[in-house]
This record gives sequence, C-alpha cells and structure tokens, in this order.
Amino acid sequence: MSSIAIIDYGMGNLHSIAKAIEHVAGKQRVVVSSDHPTILAADRVVFPGVGAIRDCIAELKKTGLDDVIREVAQQRPLLGVCLGLQALFDESEENDGTACLGILPGRVVRFPRGLQGVDTGISLKIPHMGWNRVTPTHEHPMWSGIPSGSRFYFVHSYHAVPARREDIAATTEYGHQFASVVAHDNLFAAQFHPEKSQHAGLQLLENFVAWNGDS
Amino acid sequence: MALAKRIIPCLDVDAGRVVKGVQFVDIRDAGDPVEIARRYDEQGADELTFLDITASSDQRETMVHVVEQVAGEVFIPLTVGGGIREVGDIRRMLNAGADKVGINTAAVFNPEFVKEAAQRFGSQCIVVAIDAKRTSAEGEPPKWEIFTHGGRKPTGIDAIEWAQRMTAYGAGEILLTSMDRDGTRDGFDLELTRAVSDAVDVPVIASGGVGNLQHLADGVTLGHADAVLAASIFHFGEHTVGEAKQYMAQQGIEVRL
Repeated sequence: MSSIAIIDYGMGNLHSIAKAIEHVAGKQRVVVSSDHPTILAADRVVFPGVGAIRDCIAELKKTGLDDVIREVAQQRPLLGVCLGLQALFDESEENDGTACLGILPGRVVRFPRGLQGVDTGISLKIPHMGWNRVTPTHEHPMWSGIPSGSRFYFVHSYHAVPARREDIAATTEYGHQFASVVAHDNLFAAQFHPEKSQHAGLQLLENFVAWNGDS
Repeated sequence: MALAKRIIPCLDVDAGRVVKGVQFVDIRDAGDPVEIARRYDEQGADELTFLDITASSDQRETMVHVVEQVAGEVFIPLTVGGGIREVGDIRRMLNAGADKVGINTAAVFNPEFVKEAAQRFGSQCIVVAIDAKRTSAEGEPPKWEIFTHGGRKPTGIDAIEWAQRMTAYGAGEILLTSMDRDGTRDGFDLELTRAVSDAVDVPVIASGGVGNLQHLADGVTLGHADAVLAASIFHFGEHTVGEAKQYMAQQGIEVRL
C-alpha cells in the first residue's frame, strides 16, 4: 500500500491538511510525521507550513528535516504549501532576511506597501487574504480537472520570485502578477491553501495523490 | 481586481449546538453545527465563523469537538471566536482544525495578548473582533467607542485608534461589529466600516445589521469592507449565500461564484 507523509516540524496546524488529503487519498495511507525514516519511505510527501519563516527554518534545521526535504526533493513527488513553498527558495526577506533551503533558485519578497489594484487603483490590504484566481502558465498533470482561473484561498504577505522563469507553474494578480505556484520536475508548490480551497483545492490534492512526479 | 470579496455566515454555538434559530426548511437537525456548516459550504460560503457563546466553562470543550467535526468535512477557512483568553485556547482551536481565532474582550483587557498570539501563531490566524458603538451626538464629527459585554460596558477606547493599535500588534484581520446595528436588520454602520477599513492595512470584515442583500453589497462598495458577515438572513432561509453572491456580482463586485 502506498503512503503519503505530511511533514510535522512543530509549526502550526496540520489537522486541516491531513483531513483534506485523507478525504481524497482513497486507499493510500496518510501519516503526519516528524520521523525521518517514515517520511523517506513515503511515496509522496507534503511540506506544509504557516507562521514566520525564521521559526520554520530553525525548526527544520533543529529536527534535521531540512536534509530530509532535500532528499525527497531529489526523487519523489513533493507538494509544498504556503510557507512550504517559500522555504524551498534561497532566501526570504522576512524576519530581516532568512536563508531558506535553497532547493529552488530565487527569493521571497514582501508585497510592497501602497500596492494598488491593477484596474481599480484602490489600495490593497496586506496580508493578501481570500479567494483569488490562479492561472496556470503551462500544462501539468497537477492541473487536471481544474479550469484556468479557478479561485483558491490565499493568506500571505510574502511571495516567491523564482530565478528561473520556467519554474513558475501559475500566476495570480494582486497589485501585480506573482508566482502563486512553482513546479520543477517532481516538485510542486502552491502559495495558496488547497486544503481550504473547497472543490478546486480538493481536486488539486486528488491530482497530487495520483501524481507520479513527471511534469 | 481579482481578489474576491468574501461572504461569511456566522453561527452562534452554545454548548455544541447552534442557537438563534437556524431555520432551513429541509434540514434534519437545525441545531447541528456540522450539518449547517455543510449546508453553507454547499451554497458557496467563502469562510465560516463560529461564535462560542457557551457561558459555563465546563462545556467549553464541546466547541473543540464541533470544530474537529466541521474541519473534517468542510474544506474552507474556519474562524472560532468567543472565550479565547490565553495561548492555550488558541492552540486548542487550531489543533482542532480552526484556521483563525477571534480575540475580543481579552484584547481589551490585555492588549499584549494579541502581540503574543501573533508572534506565536502568526498574524494570519489572529482576528481581533471589535464591538463599536457610536458615541458622538448627531451633527458632531463621528466617533465610535469600544464596548465590551455585548455592548453594555464602555471602555473609553476610540474604535479607529484601537483598530490601528491591534494591527500594529499583529492582528491579521479585523472583525468589526456595530453594536448600534447588531440585530436591527437596518444595514451595516457604513461610516464606521469605511473609517476603520481606510485606517488599517489589514482586511476588515463588516458585521452587524444585515437585513437584505443590498446591505451586503453596500458593506463592500460604500463601507470598503473586504468581507461581509451575516447571520439571520442566511439562517432563516431568506437568502442563500449563492443568491447573495449573484446579487453582488450583478453590482460589479468581484465574488467567487
């Protein structure tokens, strides 16, 4: 029986994502774990995260899970969610600059203050919170059954700026277009929360539990 | 603008049961929070807010079970407010599956609590709930004050300054309720909503007074709210969340349909 591991590194609430994946996982086993062998033995791995990036990276290093994630990123389908996307890059400007995992080249920046709506000119709130449109940039098995422009639930103040344009798998507009999803080989990471994005989110998770890691 | 304005049904829960009469015609158990949450989810609610109004502390634990059950079936953001007084309360609710907690009275009595909570759990899950009442006389420049105890006790704190202070302390969102309008069905206090929304960088949820769909639209267009919260117009089956969204969309408001 194949299994899906959700990495638990003591940051926030994994109940929602575990429940949502169980909902679509069929016969696959879903485990929430901080145990290295368990995660390394799983067929698919989810890297979630909420909160501040410095705490996130500190916990990953303390638990040695940073190396586990690097190893998984080499070979098996890995789904990053929210902070789990941001942590994949070289560095973030959050918390006065934080070195991240460096699995994908690029940085994470804050939405600038005084951001305005593209057509409205109305000043935009930060965090970027709520349901926004996600437009895939190219075909990918993870987009199966999800119409372009579907809305997903976001809550974040920082976003990734990938160094390689081809790593951008989808964009979203909030004052400007930003990379809301990144993908590279067996890696797929979303800035939004699929576990909180109702039908579209569950479809994405269903695609993940069926994904073999080819893009 | 691509980000949708949110519609948030609010459920009052007492000892694990929804109160203030939800009256769907075809619902099996109108007091069951899970069934009602499922219904609103099907209608297209963007989030759900549960307000725990349980008075006795020995029944508080029941709210945790409610959140666990709802979070296992409904995959949209869930906020829980009422009785959030310490870090342990927040952790319990987040572990149960809540995405955000609403802090109200505890913030007034101990503002540092908001700071601590935001540092520990992140601003994204800290909603500060503000109950405001107009204290200026007619003809005077408008002024609103924070009230506690369901609008009975004044605090002398200016509502707009308070919203700014709570944002500076790390609140990720403001749930703003007009105590003058709450329960009246006369519509939001739009002046209050706009004053607070324009004064802070974080999203503001307008609450208190919704009696028809135009009120919801006004909250966004005239009140500058990022989200609108309502209870009775949805509970009594007058309107579905879907109808509310259609109505708002017809007025040019961006919603998730």
